[in-house]
Amino acid sequence: MTTFGALVRRDLALATRRGGDAALTLVFFVVAVAVFPFGVGPDPELLARIAAGIIWVTALLASMTSLERLYRADLEDGSLEIMALSAQPLELQVAAKCLAHWMTSGLPVVVLSPLMAMLLNLDVAAWWILVVSLAIGTPILSLIGSIGAALVLGARKSGALVGLIVLPLQVPVMIFGIGAVEALLGGAPVLPPLLIEAAILIAGTPLALLASAVALRMAIE
Amino acid sequence: MVERVPATDSPDTSRESEARLLVDALACERGGRLLFEDLSFSLNEGDALIVEGPNGSGKSSLLRIIAGLLAPTSGQVSWRGLDTRKEPQPWRREMVFLGHLNAVKSTLTVRENLAFLQCDDLPGVRESLNLEGLDPLPAAMLSAGQMRRLALARVAARPGGCWILDEPAANLDADSTARLDGLIAGHRARGGIVVLAAHALDDAQTVSLGTPG
Repeated sequence: MTTFGALVRRDLALATRRGGDAALTLVFFVVAVAVFPFGVGPDPELLARIAAGIIWVTALLASMTSLERLYRADLEDGSLEIMALSAQPLELQVAAKCLAHWMTSGLPVVVLSPLMAMLLNLDVAAWWILVVSLAIGTPILSLIGSIGAALVLGARKSGALVGLIVLPLQVPVMIFGIGAVEALLGGAPVLPPLLIEAAILIAGTPLALLASAVALRMAIE
Repeated sequence: MVERVPATDSPDTSRESEARLLVDALACERGGRLLFEDLSFSLNEGDALIVEGPNGSGKSSLLRIIAGLLAPTSGQVSWRGLDTRKEPQPWRREMVFLGHLNAVKSTLTVRENLAFLQCDDLPGVRESLNLEGLDPLPAAMLSAGQMRRLALARVAARPGGCWILDEPAANLDADSTARLDGLIAGHRARGGIVVLAAHALDDAQTVSLGTPG
């Protein structure tokens, strides 16, 4: 397991170092959410109604800002070859990279979401459900993103391509995440949408790790 | 197409059946071009093999196939009698591959890079490659030769198995090349095998890849 921990620590160091992606992701999330009231107008009622949607859509886009670099940097400097030839399963190393990606893109979003909810006048009673839905949902965004990032390694300019591959797959997660908040506000049971989200996470994790590993092996050949 | 040059110290053929590293009837086709075919050789403890040939003759492809990064068009590579594609684990535990790329993260310091490559606390690795004093520097500040030495630390930290080195002396000065030769000699003295492309050694077997077609 030493490689797993070392890989997580290294990717965290790379993301938080000068020129890393963590700060950019965080700033993007806060600024993008803050811009919405200027666009749709300062009506508190309207903002409260669309708050969960705004925060989720922005979280989705924020997780995408650093995806393109997730494996590309490793491919370009040769680290990916070492990963592929390591005695550790490639799937495990993919899991380490996804965990580090989530800790620098998903986790800050989860932590900051109550602040953004306050900014958008979301009912205080719904804050916790927003946090829970993001906590379950953002790891899925990183995992699906990993498949996309690995698949586009063969293409030279792949920035927009990742989004095209990844966004449609991420939309269901977002729908159930927002659904949980809406359910609470509308007085419906909140558990079903959360459980579906959790089911996607549990079933999707091994699939995403396997698919990413296969795509990475193809990229190296 | 493939010409075997007799080894300077010819391998004992009676041991061929239990060779450590056995390459059997390997063929490689890239982009519709046949780079080499029916390439066979075997290496035992302490043996070195140099792959020769002009640019584009498939030296790197051969090394990548042996390492397991590339699937051969036909043929197989065995390590201790096990097919390295079917049972890669024993092979990967004992093999170190150094390609053209150094696998060095430029925003991390030399110490952090060494720590990640798990050759941080091994005695002698820094000394053997003259990396002392570089620890606090970000790898981006290193020269191409220093970068290569940092990459070689990963190799030096694991003597005794099989090293596959593609142009290991690229960008190295005369002193560092001598240090590299010393490392290779130490590795072979411990029973290690080394496969090299574009590097000169006195007592090694040679495989020459001709121009294709």
